[in-house]
Amino acid sequence: MTIVLEIRDLLVRLDQKIVLDIDALTVENGEILAVVGPNGAGKSTLLLAVAHLLKPVHGVISFDGSHACGETDTQYRRHLSLVLQEPLLLDTSVFDNVATGLRFRQLPRAETKQRVETWLKRFGIEHLRNRPACKLSGGEAQRVSLARAFSLQPELLLLDEPFSALDSPSRTRLLEDLKTVLTETNTTTIFITHDLKEASSLGERMAVILNGKLHQIGTPDEIYANPKDDEVRAFLGLAGKGSDS
Amino acid sequence: MDFIRTIFSDPEIWQITLLSLKLSGVGTLLSLLIGLPLGTLLAYGKFPGRSIFMSIVNAGMGLPPVVVGLAVAMLLWRSGPLGSLRLIYTPSAIVIAQTVIAAPVVTGLTSAALQQLNPRLRLQLLGLGASQTQVILHMWWESRLPLLAALMAGFGSVISEVGASMMVGGNIRYQTRVLTTAIVLETSKGQFDVAIALSALLLAVTFLINLTLTWIQQRGAKQ
Repeated sequence: MTIVLEIRDLLVRLDQKIVLDIDALTVENGEILAVVGPNGAGKSTLLLAVAHLLKPVHGVISFDGSHACGETDTQYRRHLSLVLQEPLLLDTSVFDNVATGLRFRQLPRAETKQRVETWLKRFGIEHLRNRPACKLSGGEAQRVSLARAFSLQPELLLLDEPFSALDSPSRTRLLEDLKTVLTETNTTTIFITHDLKEASSLGERMAVILNGKLHQIGTPDEIYANPKDDEVRAFLGLAGKGSDS
Repeated sequence: MDFIRTIFSDPEIWQITLLSLKLSGVGTLLSLLIGLPLGTLLAYGKFPGRSIFMSIVNAGMGLPPVVVGLAVAMLLWRSGPLGSLRLIYTPSAIVIAQTVIAAPVVTGLTSAALQQLNPRLRLQLLGLGASQTQVILHMWWESRLPLLAALMAGFGSVISEVGASMMVGGNIRYQTRVLTTAIVLETSKGQFDVAIALSALLLAVTFLINLTLTWIQQRGAKQ
């Protein structure tokens, strides 16, 4: 498989404190990489750094060789799409919200309409197309946010705990829908979560970040079978089993 | 009810009213052109002296018009630094003074309005591929209701001021006489009927403009 994202020697400091220090991390084409860790571990910082929304002290973040092409940050970000924990919809209709990123790229009106309709349908919210975004439930709003991200046909999708604010039934339904869409579209994805069940369900590989450091990366089965150290073991809730062996 | 007859019988009153609206309208628009970008810079910019700049703007929101009048008069006075422009006692001088009065109001309220938005919205828009200009335009759109309030406050501060207009405009008949300066003049002459007529017009004009802007604002809020 081709490597589409390569991170080397990345150091991010916030208020003089090192919050992320990653030697090497790669993401392959079409892969879903789940990044797990407790709150404050540096997972979201990693996502913001990948999206060039945060300036690292040093390091290379190369997407499809983009660091060598001299792209501006905006040009670089137009390869990807970001979904945050809160849907952060604009004060307008559902249709216009889904069209936001397409309008940023100044796509022809007909293509924008067609793509918006397609993704409203894919996420089962076509009946909400004219509804003001402020009148949506949490689950509906997050579906709009996902439709908005997918309509851009991103080469890299960045998901920052998109289900954490949802109730359990909505979360389960949306997780299933997202899984289907990701499989169908073969979109390369970095999925941030602190929920190990979600990570195992969606992620083909899992990266464990603890205290700003990448402790282990592998398939969920590999990591559960062979946690690299006590900290990973403790995070996975396997502390008892580890200490016996 | 003599003042109503006065309003409709004296064409000079309408000339004064139209001039007031024109000068205060231009002053407010100019303050918007200055205040929107400056307020945005204050809300999102990170630069040394930002807090001091913000304090100056906040203090400027309560700037006494006579002090502005004095400063602008000294600048535009024939022997002043901008005296060669020959603007003192012209409508342009009033527009300059009113812009100086309204700009801090619009800047301060714009900054406050933008800071009330979720700070992660900016990240979200950038993460969807927005350019910096597109981000700013969307942030303004999201803040359109409080920004309309800033516009109303800016207009209110200039249509009702008298000190600066008097000092830099000179209250010259048919040239720089506006509603507020005319009210002062007529009151000092003991012509209360005319003063009341002018005051009624000033109140009506201010009310109608604010009513229109409020209607637009509330319609937006309902939508």
